[in-house]
Amino acid sequence: MKKLHSDILQMLAGDGRLSAKDMAAALGEDAAVVRGAVEELEKSGVILKYGVVVDGEKIGKDCVQALIEVRVTPKSEKGFDEIAADIGEFEEVKDLYLMSGAYDLCIIIEGKTLREVALFVSEKLSRFESVLSTATHFILKKYKIDGASVRDSGNKRLAVQA
Amino acid sequence: MKGAGDRINPTVKEIKPSGIRKFFDIAAEIPDAISLGVGEPDFVTPWNVRNAAVRSIQKGYTSYTSNRGLKQLRAEISEYLASRFDLHYCADTVPGIMLAGGAAVPVPTYAEDGFVLTAANLEKAITEKTKVLILPYPNNPTGAVMDKSALDEITAVIKKYDLSVISDEIYAELTYGGKHISVCAADGMKERCVFISGFSKAFAMTGWRLGYVAAPKEISAAMLKIHQYTIMCAPTFAQYAALYALKEGKTEDYADVSYMRGQYDMRRKYLVSRFNSMGLDCFTPRGAFYAFPCVKKTGLDGDAFAERLLKQKHVAVVPGSAFGESGRDFVRCSYACSLHTLSDACARIEEFVGGLLRG
Repeated sequence: MKKLHSDILQMLAGDGRLSAKDMAAALGEDAAVVRGAVEELEKSGVILKYGVVVDGEKIGKDCVQALIEVRVTPKSEKGFDEIAADIGEFEEVKDLYLMSGAYDLCIIIEGKTLREVALFVSEKLSRFESVLSTATHFILKKYKIDGASVRDSGNKRLAVQA
Repeated sequence: MKGAGDRINPTVKEIKPSGIRKFFDIAAEIPDAISLGVGEPDFVTPWNVRNAAVRSIQKGYTSYTSNRGLKQLRAEISEYLASRFDLHYCADTVPGIMLAGGAAVPVPTYAEDGFVLTAANLEKAITEKTKVLILPYPNNPTGAVMDKSALDEITAVIKKYDLSVISDEIYAELTYGGKHISVCAADGMKERCVFISGFSKAFAMTGWRLGYVAAPKEISAAMLKIHQYTIMCAPTFAQYAALYALKEGKTEDYADVSYMRGQYDMRRKYLVSRFNSMGLDCFTPRGAFYAFPCVKKTGLDGDAFAERLLKQKHVAVVPGSAFGESGRDFVRCSYACSLHTLSDACARIEEFVGGLLRG
């Protein structure tokens, strides 16, 4: 990967709001060049989407999140990809990973209520023939989300110094 | 009976409080103020360095160290200075704090000279009483650095008048586009130079209060006497943290330092380009983490500019006059903050400057 591309990704990963113009100034590049590089990263699927990391607790958001461990039988030739693609279709699935170790797929799921999550497991997941077993862990509290500490937002430095 | 105020040493009484104190007080009252007035890294000390301090406390390393500081730390500093800046001192360096006396004569530097100290300006300021030159490069607040030719010019003057030099090189690691050259490393300078630095800036350790001095044996022995009676020794846990920072640093080519330098460099380019595009003349700093734009075009001097900018647009910068008379048409803006903060601050400054330039 080109240095320009990795520099842009690093900057955007820290703050997705940075404009091409601002990044160009910081990198000593032409704004059009940076804009082009960002487009390239978007088109090639390196940048999947732009979003915001929210501390749901602060706005009293009613939602339940759970981590579900799933053991599945891999299909010949397709391996885990086919079932993963099927599970990924459900919109309540936020993250989906293939894991090493005691289970195969890790699902992070978000539902409005406990019941909604329970239904997802009993009605949707369990219907897949290749699903051998599931273990659901509810998330109780978040301390750090996507690299951002939930607790720590205060500026520790004095405003003006020599 | 004398009042408490009359019991204070007149020399101390006459010292003016820091010129930027006023801004600190105003800025503290404005909740959405963006501060570019900060003179310290926005990075937290790397975790493993913090951890080294914690471990030293847990292990019970809580007693005095030698007045000069931990022997291992001095050895590491000595090695570090040799490998990074071609400065060769045996491990007789002294961490600690210095006291000064005598009359200070400010020597102005100018944007048109790239804010380097020129031989002509230095020579103008020298009288038969002049003993020592305090040379702070890479420079706060201008961001100027002294390159080889600039150093050659002034070392000739220094030798001609047989001056001593106290060289404050705390920002030595933070130079952009060229390695720092120390005045102390120049031919025939070592004997007359006192090199001072510390861990605050490059290692993001401002709160640890740990600095060091490298000087010829006779000078450091004299300093040690004062140090013994005032500070005794630098905080022990801070010394262990610094020891770790240097020891680990050299095995990975000071990766933490280079990472931070890279981040500052991006912000530096950003800030300078924004100042220039909004119509302020801004010298391109080559060291430290400050930009020093000239605000003369706006019709205001640095003091009025900083005060009005803070009150009207809630951005705190430091007026250049806080650093000497020749800085009166300038303001110091620190870029030790995130690019996003800089971008917000620049938008506000641009509005402010735009209003002044049009008006």
